[in-house]
Amino acid sequence: MSRDRRRLRGRVAIVGAAEADEHGKLPHKSAFMLHAEAARNALADAGLGVRDVDAVFSAGLWMGSETAEYMGIRPRWIDGTQIGGCSFVAHVQHAAAAIDAGLVDVALITHGESGASRIGMPGTRFGADSFRLQFEQPFGLAGPPTGYALAAARHMHEYGTTSEQLAELAVSTRKWAQLNPRATMRDPLTVQDVLSSRMISWPLHLLDCCLVTDAGGAVVLTSAERARDLPKTPVYVLGTGEAATHVLVSQMPNFAFWDAAKLASTDAFAMAGVAHADVDVAMFYDAFTIVPVMGLEATGFCKPGEGGAFVSGGRTAPGGPFPMNTNGGGLSYTHSGMYGMFTLVEAVRQLRGECDARQVAGAKTAICHGLGGMFSASATLICGTEIPD
Amino acid sequence: MADYTGPLPVPSPETRPFWEGARRHELVLPFCRPCGAFFYYPRGACPRCLSADLEWLPVSGRGTLHTFTVVSRGQKGFPLGPPYVLAVVELEEGPRMMTNLVGVDPDPAAIRIGMPVEVVFEDATAEIALPRFRPAGGGA
Repeated sequence: MSRDRRRLRGRVAIVGAAEADEHGKLPHKSAFMLHAEAARNALADAGLGVRDVDAVFSAGLWMGSETAEYMGIRPRWIDGTQIGGCSFVAHVQHAAAAIDAGLVDVALITHGESGASRIGMPGTRFGADSFRLQFEQPFGLAGPPTGYALAAARHMHEYGTTSEQLAELAVSTRKWAQLNPRATMRDPLTVQDVLSSRMISWPLHLLDCCLVTDAGGAVVLTSAERARDLPKTPVYVLGTGEAATHVLVSQMPNFAFWDAAKLASTDAFAMAGVAHADVDVAMFYDAFTIVPVMGLEATGFCKPGEGGAFVSGGRTAPGGPFPMNTNGGGLSYTHSGMYGMFTLVEAVRQLRGECDARQVAGAKTAICHGLGGMFSASATLICGTEIPD
Repeated sequence: MADYTGPLPVPSPETRPFWEGARRHELVLPFCRPCGAFFYYPRGACPRCLSADLEWLPVSGRGTLHTFTVVSRGQKGFPLGPPYVLAVVELEEGPRMMTNLVGVDPDPAAIRIGMPVEVVFEDATAEIALPRFRPAGGGA
């Protein structure tokens, strides 16, 4: 760990957070329209204008500059870091470093993705001679469910994790969604419903898998000093970390343990000076039910192999001891493809006390834990309304 | 053979000897001389030490099933199914490969992580043979 890491704690704050105007199935909107809506809403939330922005972050080839062009911003810091769905959580670390270094003043991180309708999406195709297409596609790797199933199967083999435990996570997450009027899936859900939903890629059923939607979100950051003059309660960046161990799922160092998450979260906790027990509300990227289970283990909320038990018995549901994914998560709220942005937006709202029926009373400290690729990358943010001594 | 409907690899400079070996039904992997170890997938530099002091050596073609999934909703036109078994095999020599498990029912109840497996090549085209694996001893 860099010896200077702790110096950043509390120096920068998230001052604006919002989604695009709508989400779901939006064939009338392009990915860039969702970016711009979210940016407009997040800047309004921050009490800032687009002319205040001098740093733009978005995930993907050309996306740092292309989103800036679309919105008419001429940034002095351009960041298109793309490490999968947690990219935006990683961008928080990049933005915090840039702001604290005095190189930029206001950072805008945007996400817009026409994940369901595929309207105006930037190119993401891999070349025919890429390693992915040479060494994975020919064997029928068919998108994320098949890759995540490989880890789920190994986790079950090593630790005895069960499909029932994974289903419990989906059920608890749905209970949060029922409290979120914006959530896509709000009907009651039982463990049996998950287990009897059709198999996608054993051991993952349909209801172990996230939604596929069109959605956008954005956050705005500036220095803690400037944040105190803005209208909303600052949400301080307390600890950050990011890590990547591989890209191709076949290169995953340990199929039963998420190494990148351990690396990223270890840095974040060390920087934040926050204990696990101090975390009031948790946002764990849930592209598939196995992901938070392995995420909770890797970030140290439980031991390897204990994730299944940790999420059972409604422990992460409303009223449970570990409120997690209070927006309804990627499983029941929305999942555009790169869900990490929505962990940030929901954490900010919880810490500001803006969550109405799903508000976690007195939440002061939150963790956003993101996933990239096939357990390939990870980024962690610990944030709060108070800066620990 | 001309009718193969699945996705096919296009070799690149650092992978061509692997695919040429596969065409001969030989599993050959890059071996790093300084590390004294095989690695996979093929690269022009050792992922342990970045050395380019590499050679291509045959491996046993034997290993164990490290993990798998039975794909029910898979690629369109994939010739093995669905359902089919997408697998990761750990070779006796150490590296892990993504592959398919063939010669078994694509049923999780019929498949055991840790089971011994052996390579079997499927000639997809005149140029490309795909290394898949079956239970050791010829399968079911």
